[in-house]
Amino acid sequence: MTDRRSERSWEKALRTAAMLSTGGALSGCDVLKLTVVNHAGPIAAAQWHLYVVVGIVLVFVAGPVLLLTPIMAWRYRLSNEHSTYKPKWDFSWWIEGLIWIPPTGIVIGLAFLLWTYTHRLDPYRPIASTQPTVEVQAVGLDWKWLFIYPDHHVAVINQLAIPVGRPIHLSLTSGTVMQSLMVPRLGGQIYAMAGMRTELNLAASQPGVFRGENTQYNGPGFPQQKFDVVALPAPDYDRWLARVRAAAHPLDTAAYAALFQRSVPAHPIYYSRTPDGFFGYIMSRFRSSPTENER
Amino acid sequence: MSADEVKHPGINLGDTRDLSHRDAEHDLFGFWIFLMSDAIIFALLFATYGVMLVGTAGGPTPADTYKILPAFIETLVLLTSSFTFGMASIAMKHDAGKVRLMRWLAVTLVLGLIFLAMELKDFATMIGDGAYPARSGYLSSFFALVPLHGLHVAAGCLWVVVMMVQVAFFGLDERVKVNLLRLGLFWHFLDIVWIAIFSVVYLQGLIR
Amino acid sequence: MSASVWPAVLGRFEWHALPFVRAWENPTLNELIGAGAAAIVVVGAIALIALITLLGKWRYLWREWLTSLDHKRIGIMYVVLAFVMLSRALVEAMLMRLQQATAINAPGVVDPEHFAQLFSTHGSIMIFFMAMPFLTGAFNYVMPLQIGARDVAFPLLNSISLWLTGGAAGLMMISLVVGTFSTGGWSGYPPYTELAFSPGVGPDYWIWAVTLGSIASTLSGLNFAVTIYKKRCPGMTLMRMPLFVWTTLCTSILMIFAMPPLTVATALLALDRYLGFHFFTNDLGGNMMNYANLFWLFGHPEVYVLILPAFGVYSEVVSTFSSKELYGYTSLVLATMAIAVLSFTVWVHHFFAMGQSANINAVFGIATMTIGVPTGVKIYDWIWTMFRGQVRFTVPMLYSLAFMMTFVLGGFTGIILAFPPLDYLVHNTLFLVAHFHNMLIPGLLYGMLAGYHYWFPKAFGFRLDEKWGRVSFGCWVIGFYLAFMPLYVLGAAGMARRTQEVFEPSFRPWLYVAGVGALILFGALASLFVQLWVSIRDREANRVTAGDPWDGRGLEWSTSAPPPDYNFALLPQVRGRDPFYDGKRDGDPYAPPPEYHPIELPRNSMTGPVLGIVGTALAFGLVWHMWWLAILGTVMIVATIIARSFARDVHRTIPVHEIERTEAHWLAAVAAARAIPRQLEMTPLNQGLAAVTR
Repeated sequence: MTDRRSERSWEKALRTAAMLSTGGALSGCDVLKLTVVNHAGPIAAAQWHLYVVVGIVLVFVAGPVLLLTPIMAWRYRLSNEHSTYKPKWDFSWWIEGLIWIPPTGIVIGLAFLLWTYTHRLDPYRPIASTQPTVEVQAVGLDWKWLFIYPDHHVAVINQLAIPVGRPIHLSLTSGTVMQSLMVPRLGGQIYAMAGMRTELNLAASQPGVFRGENTQYNGPGFPQQKFDVVALPAPDYDRWLARVRAAAHPLDTAAYAALFQRSVPAHPIYYSRTPDGFFGYIMSRFRSSPTENER
Repeated sequence: MSADEVKHPGINLGDTRDLSHRDAEHDLFGFWIFLMSDAIIFALLFATYGVMLVGTAGGPTPADTYKILPAFIETLVLLTSSFTFGMASIAMKHDAGKVRLMRWLAVTLVLGLIFLAMELKDFATMIGDGAYPARSGYLSSFFALVPLHGLHVAAGCLWVVVMMVQVAFFGLDERVKVNLLRLGLFWHFLDIVWIAIFSVVYLQGLIR
Repeated sequence: MSASVWPAVLGRFEWHALPFVRAWENPTLNELIGAGAAAIVVVGAIALIALITLLGKWRYLWREWLTSLDHKRIGIMYVVLAFVMLSRALVEAMLMRLQQATAINAPGVVDPEHFAQLFSTHGSIMIFFMAMPFLTGAFNYVMPLQIGARDVAFPLLNSISLWLTGGAAGLMMISLVVGTFSTGGWSGYPPYTELAFSPGVGPDYWIWAVTLGSIASTLSGLNFAVTIYKKRCPGMTLMRMPLFVWTTLCTSILMIFAMPPLTVATALLALDRYLGFHFFTNDLGGNMMNYANLFWLFGHPEVYVLILPAFGVYSEVVSTFSSKELYGYTSLVLATMAIAVLSFTVWVHHFFAMGQSANINAVFGIATMTIGVPTGVKIYDWIWTMFRGQVRFTVPMLYSLAFMMTFVLGGFTGIILAFPPLDYLVHNTLFLVAHFHNMLIPGLLYGMLAGYHYWFPKAFGFRLDEKWGRVSFGCWVIGFYLAFMPLYVLGAAGMARRTQEVFEPSFRPWLYVAGVGALILFGALASLFVQLWVSIRDREANRVTAGDPWDGRGLEWSTSAPPPDYNFALLPQVRGRDPFYDGKRDGDPYAPPPEYHPIELPRNSMTGPVLGIVGTALAFGLVWHMWWLAILGTVMIVATIIARSFARDVHRTIPVHEIERTEAHWLAAVAAARAIPRQLEMTPLNQGLAAVTR
C-alpha cells in the first residue's frame, strides 16, 4: 500500500492548486475539502491519482475540438473573403485517418488503464496490509445506518468508528429499499440491497471525521441520512469500543423493532450488545431463496 | 420500383392496382417488424424466467408444478392449428373459394380454443395445488410468461373470428387478404414462441 | 345511490386527493404551491376550451388537426406538445433549484414529499413527454419530405402514436390535479416503488404514463423504419439519404428494440403492485437487480434515441450554413450505425456499484468508452464540413457550434464516469446529474431548437425572428453553464442527487449560482415564446413562400412553404446526395412537369383521438382502482380497433385541377420572388428563393 500513499510531487502541487483555484476568500472553495482531492485513505488516494491521469489524457481529447471549432467557424465565415471556398470538397483519407485512428488509440490506451484500475480498486478486493482487518457490517435502514462490529458484539447507529491504518472490510445489506453507501474522502460506493450482501473495502490513513452518506433516494428522510466516519488512532479506537460496550443498551427485542421504523435519529446510538449472527439474520428476513449477490 | 418487383409471393391480389401491391408489401414488412418487437418482449420474459427460477422461496419448484402430458398435448394442438392455418393461406392464395377458406379458419379457431381451454385448466390445477403467482418470484415469472402467450392466442382467436366475419361481409378484397396474411404471420409466431416455452419452461422443468 | 356504491365507482379516490382541498385545510407554502400548479392546469384547460369555443374553431381543429393523418400536421402537434411539457418541466426544475438554494440548514419552500414528486415528474416529462415528442415531431415533419414520400408508411398508426403520447402526457397533467405523482424518480427503482414502500397512486401514475408513452414510441419507431425502407422516391438509395434520415432510421431501430424492455419493466412492476406478484419485491424470491437490468437495457439505448436525432439536425445545419457538402458522409453513416449498435452493450455502467465482478464492470466500462470514438468522429466531421466553407452564424448554426463545444465537456466527464473506480466516487451525486444534463441539453435540446429554427420557415412559410432567437440562444448557453457547472463541483463533494435539504454551508455559493442559471434558462424559454409571438406578428415581412430560405440541399426545400398536403405533385427523381442543391445548379428545379396525375392520400380518421382518450381513461381507471372504467376502457379499445378494420373508404383523391391550381400558385410566388445571395438571407428580402452561385 505504500506506493499509493506516497504522492508524487507534481500531484501534490496539482492538489494544492485545485484547492486554491477558486480563491481562498470565497467560502465556496471549502467544498473541495470534502472531495477526493482531499483524500484521507489509500483507496481515495489511488482514485484521485487515476482522476489526474484520466483528466490529463482527456485534455488532449477535448482540446482539439475546443480549439478547432471556433477557429474553423471564424476563419471560414461568409464575410471573410480571403478564405478558400471549395463547396464540393468532402473527403480526405488523411483526415479520415486522423479522426479515426488516434481516438481509437487513446481509447485502447485508456482501456488498459481502466482494466487495471477496475481490478486494483475493486470494492471487493481486500486491502493488502500487515495489520489485521477490521470487520464491520453495515445495514441500510430508513433513514439511518446500522454498523455492527461482529468481533466485538456491539453496534452503532450513524457512526462508523475505525482505527487509522487498518483495513476495513464492510459487508452491506439493507433492511429496507436499496441504498448506497459512500464516504467521498475514503473512496468507493456500493449498493446495499435487502436479502443480499455486498462488500466494500476501505481504510483511513489519517485521523479525522469524514462524512458518509446514502446516495440512493429512499424516502422523505433521505437528505438526513448522513453519518460520520470517525478515524481514530488505535488506543482511541479501543477506548471508543469500550465506551460503546459500556453504554448498557443492548440490542434487544424492543430496540430491534425500533430499528425498522422510519426515523432519523438525532444522535448516534450505541448498542452495547448484539446477538450472534445478527447481520445474517437481517438478511434472511427477506431471503427465502439463494439469490445472494455473492461471488 | 415497378409493381412486379414488390408483389408479395404469399398473397394473391390479382390484377388490382399497383398501389395495392405496394401497400401490401409495406403492411407485411411492418408486421414483421412488429413481431420482432413482440419477440423481444418474450425474450426478456424468458430471461426474467431464467433469473427467477431460483426464487422459489421455499414454495413449489418446477418439477413439482408442471404436468408434462397436458403441455405436450397442447403443443400438438397448437402445431396442428398452425398447419390448418397454413391450409387456409393456401386456399386464399390459390383462390380455392370462400367456403374452403372459411372451413380451415374455423378448424384453426376451434384448435386455438381447445388450446386455451386446456391451458386455463392447467393454470387452475396449478393454482389449486398452491402454485399461484403471488407465492414466489419463480411462479411470478412463470405466470408473466406463459399466460402472456395465452393472451396472444386469445387475441389471435378473436382476430380469426373478425376475419371470418370480414370474409363473409366483404368477400376476399385486398384488405381482407392482407389482414389474413398478417394474421397468418401472427399465428405462426405464436407457435414458435410456444415451442420455446415448451422446451425452456416445461421440458427443462422436468429436470429441475 | 347508497354509500357502499361509491367505492366501486370512485375506487380509492377521496377528497384529499385534490390539492385544493389539502391547501384549504392546511394552507402552508408547500400545499399552496401544489394547489397553484393544479389551478394553472385547470384554469389553463378551461381557458383553452373557452378560447376555442369563442373563436368557433372546434370544427376546424377537429377536421384539420386532431383527426388529421398528414405527417406534417402530426409532426407539428408533437412539437406543440413538447413545448407545453417543456414549460412545465422547466418550471419544476426552477422550483427544485430554488428549494436547494433556500434549504441550506433550513426547510426551504417545498416539503420532502413534494420535492420528490418534482424530481420524478421533471425527469419523466423531460425524457418521455418533452424529448420524445420533440424528436418524433421532427422526424414526422421532415423525414418523409427528405426521402421524397407523400406520407409515412402507416399514417393511421402515426396518429395513434401521437394520441397515445398525448394521452400519456395528459395523464401526467392529471396527476398534478388529482392525487400525487411517484416519488421514485424517473427510473422508478423498486423496491422503493413497490406497494410495501409506496402504497399511494404515485407510482401507478408513473407506470401507466410511461407504458402508454413507450408503446407509442415503439409504434412510431416501426412506422419510421418501414417508411425509410420502403417509401423512398426513385433514385434515393440508402447512401444518398440525408444524414437526418439516417439518424431517423437508427433511432427508429433503437426504438423498436429498446422500448420493449421498458414496457416489460413497467408491466412487471405493475403486476407486483396490482396482483401481488414478486418480481422486484424484497421478499419471496423477488430480485430488484433484474429491474435495473431491464430498465437500463431500455435506458441506455434511449440516450441515443435522444441524441442521434440532434446529430442528424446538426449534419443538415452545418452543411447548409457552410454552403458546403457534408464532410465524410460515409464516415458519419458508419459512426451513426456504430453508435446505435454499441448503445446496447453498455447498460451495466448505470449500476457499477451493484456488486458485480470487476471483470464485468471493466468490460462495460471499456464498451462505454468505445462509443466515444464514433461520437468524436462525428464532431470532427462537422468541423471539417466548415473547413473551406462559407459559414453563416444564424441561430441554428450557433446552436450547432455551442453544441460541439459543450458536448465535448460532457464527453470528458462521461469518460470519467465510464471508469468504474471513478464512478464509485460520483455515482448518484450531482456530478452525474450535471453529466447527463451536459449531454442532453446540447445533445438533444440545442439540436431540436436548431431544427425548430431551421425548418420552421418550411412548415409555416415565414422565418422566425432572428434577434429574439439570439437572445434565447444566449440564455440557453449561459444558463446551462451557470446551472450545471456548479453541480459537477457539488457532486464531487458528495452532494447526493435528489437532495431536498442541505446540511453543508460550503455548498451555498454553488447552489446560488446554479439557481441563477436556472432562472436564466427560464428566461431562455420565455424568449422562445416572445420570439414566436413577434414572428407571428411580423410574419408578412418574413414570408418565404417560394420555400427555400437557406439555399437548402435536400428535397424538403424543393416544395413551397408550407408544402401542399401531397408534398410533391410528382414524386422526385434523385440522382445524387444533395438533390435540390445540385438541381438548382444543374437546371431549373422549378420547371413544372408536363402533366399532373391525381394523388391518393389517407382520409382523416377519428381512430387516433378515440384510442388516445380511451387509453388515458383506462390508465386513469387503473391508477385509481376504478375497475369499471378500466374494463370499459379495455373493451372500447378492442371495439375501436375491430370497428376500424371494417372501414374501407379510407382514401381520398386529390383531383388534377386542384393540384394544378396549388402548383401554379406556388410557381407564381417563385416567379415573383427575388433570388437573394446568402448575405441577405436574414433580411426581409429573403422570400425563399436562393441566388445560385456555381
